[in-house]
Amino acid sequence: MFGLKTFKGGVHPKGKKNISQDIPIKEMPLTGEIIIPLSQHAGAPAEPLVKKGDKVLKGQKIGDKDGFITASVHASTSGEVTDVKYSIHPLGSKVLSVFIRPDGKDEWCGLQKISSLDEITPEGIISKIREAGLVGLGGAAFPTHVKLSPPKDKKIDTLIINAVECEPYLTADYRLMLEEKEKIILGIKALLKALKIEKAYFAIESNKPEAIGSMSDAIKGEDTIKLLVMETKYPQGSEKQLIEALTKKQVPVGKLPLDVGVVVQNVGTAKAVADAVFEGRPLVERIVTVTGSNIKDPANLKVRIGTKISDVIDFCGGPIEEMVKVILGGPMMGIAAPSIDVPVIKGTSGILLMKKKEIIFADPGPCIRCGRCLAVCPMGLAPGRFMESAEVKDYDRAMEDNIMNCMECGSCSYVCPSRRPMVHWIKTAKSQIQRQLKKKAE
Amino acid sequence: MTLQKENLSVSVSPHIYDKQTTGGIMRDVLIALIPAALASFYFFGMRAFLVILVSILGCLLSEWIFQKIVKKPSSLLDGSAVLTGVLLAFCLPSSIPLYMVFIGAGVSIIIGKMVFGGLGHNIFNPALVGRAVLLASWPQAMTTWPAANNIFLGMYDTVAGATPLAGIKLGQYTATYWDLFIGRTGGSLGETCAVALLIGGVYLILRKVISIAIPLTYIGSVYLLSSFLGIDPVYSILSGGLFLGAFFMATDYVTSPMTSGGKLIFGLGCGLLTVMIRKFGGYPEGVCYAILFMNGLVPLIERYTQPKVFGVKNK
Repeated sequence: MFGLKTFKGGVHPKGKKNISQDIPIKEMPLTGEIIIPLSQHAGAPAEPLVKKGDKVLKGQKIGDKDGFITASVHASTSGEVTDVKYSIHPLGSKVLSVFIRPDGKDEWCGLQKISSLDEITPEGIISKIREAGLVGLGGAAFPTHVKLSPPKDKKIDTLIINAVECEPYLTADYRLMLEEKEKIILGIKALLKALKIEKAYFAIESNKPEAIGSMSDAIKGEDTIKLLVMETKYPQGSEKQLIEALTKKQVPVGKLPLDVGVVVQNVGTAKAVADAVFEGRPLVERIVTVTGSNIKDPANLKVRIGTKISDVIDFCGGPIEEMVKVILGGPMMGIAAPSIDVPVIKGTSGILLMKKKEIIFADPGPCIRCGRCLAVCPMGLAPGRFMESAEVKDYDRAMEDNIMNCMECGSCSYVCPSRRPMVHWIKTAKSQIQRQLKKKAE
Repeated sequence: MTLQKENLSVSVSPHIYDKQTTGGIMRDVLIALIPAALASFYFFGMRAFLVILVSILGCLLSEWIFQKIVKKPSSLLDGSAVLTGVLLAFCLPSSIPLYMVFIGAGVSIIIGKMVFGGLGHNIFNPALVGRAVLLASWPQAMTTWPAANNIFLGMYDTVAGATPLAGIKLGQYTATYWDLFIGRTGGSLGETCAVALLIGGVYLILRKVISIAIPLTYIGSVYLLSSFLGIDPVYSILSGGLFLGAFFMATDYVTSPMTSGGKLIFGLGCGLLTVMIRKFGGYPEGVCYAILFMNGLVPLIERYTQPKVFGVKNK
């Protein structure tokens, strides 16, 4: 373990990646209705470009918006638009969504292909990425073209490809590294050209020796890309922690990676960049790890965006016992789905079903001031103090304690022996503070 | 199994937890105290057992009564009252009348813990609060030490004898290192056997229940300051309640700093105060008051040892 790059703090949950790591990526066939929310990304929601009754082709843009921090959305199969209405989103709220009844032909619209990066300018690459509706596939779903277009006064010198996949259970990125390494490299080259730089770090955790082997093989001879092995620790894949571990630079509070000259892209995003730039393919599918003790046939599936979670679970043989909780993403930061009728979206990295006996229904006790939350917080915060402040609604004090700097990685809740729901309280406090700040601004 | 459509639980992340629980921590500390408890039975006999038993029952009963009166849910099962009972008994002489033990237990729980709002909210170590009140109320009974007396180790005098620390005050080193190490000396029933406490302390450190920071700085600073003041340092760290205090009292989560820097300052402060009280104070032993005093400083220590926030430049 010694000598591997890492950050201060963090936790070591059981990996559980063995459930799905050796299962090759399979394509999920077309099933029923497709529901495509117009907001699957950080930023302004897209506006619909289609209406009820329209015929759409696979890859056709169905939602977009003028503006910078937003992303377009595309039909993930051909068929007829049956409705454009508000529908429940995986994150819980209702979002305007396009409902498509597939015609079964899965017919693509015309795609603009290129065969070499020499045929395209950096601006051309960014515009193709914008057109393809690319967002970060690691989970946060931040529009990719925004990250590639830093303001004029910020000088970028390093691209970091985040292949850490530190969330337990998830193996989507892992499979991609074993099966699509050439595409990943092509994507990285396109990203480097778009940023007009010549230095990329490729970061993998030490617990994935086969992926490390596969990627170092692919990188051989590429002197712009350097593979770096990270210590296996959660949340190693967090953007700011990764940047510090690799470059020794700390992103200042309230600033972005580009303020320290770094752009971080997830490895899945790099592969999607290759698809977008070389084949003109928009982001209409992604790899989803379907895993956990309560799914009959765990899998790494290539799933069309908009496929219902229930269809995916069905395709994987269904649950073994009654489903108590369906987690979208990993167990540390994933979201408990409000219903299984919600669709897979661009940020859905996994569908995790655990058996009832593994799910702990926390019965919080008093804080015994053990200090574990303080020791593990990768942001150097004192989560126990937020908890106290949040409980008595003293949001000013929470602000003084830098609560807004919390990234909600969940390490504090994970280690709390009294099972105190830190992240729950922190989220509540943060949204209250944001509401207050908005009010003040008005 | 067909897909059911409702009743999905939607709690906030994370969805998995570390195995360690508050109950588990309390259990570990109690396990760590077993060697010292066995040693006390060995050296002080049935009396030690009775004092521990009465102390535990007194703590449980006073917590139960208090929570009945203020109509709060019972917290007896969290293990903290039992732990306070054992720790209080450990710093009492085995010859103390049992009604005093009972009163001490009540003071520990009610004055030391419950009036502050229960587990997690008290400022001072409850067991030490109980001990301090007993010492002020019945100084005679609290400082009459039956000598360790066991036929298997060869006979020792059965009359009350001075503790090794009281001896130091008079410039007399009455016990050998070996006596101190295995606990063949006069003293409170759980504090004399250094080796048993050390085993328990190492267990807690290995189980990651406590960090080594406080015991190390506490015992280390007692060692250094003692030798600086011309007191035999080995004798100094092995005698009195130092090991009990350093491993089990000063490390109490609730009443010690959460920050890693704070732990160092806390341990150091406890060590300096302990030696000062031993050398210059009215009592031969300073562990109890040193820890209680440092307990009061915890908020201040924490305030100046907060971790460095990620992304904030040093000013």
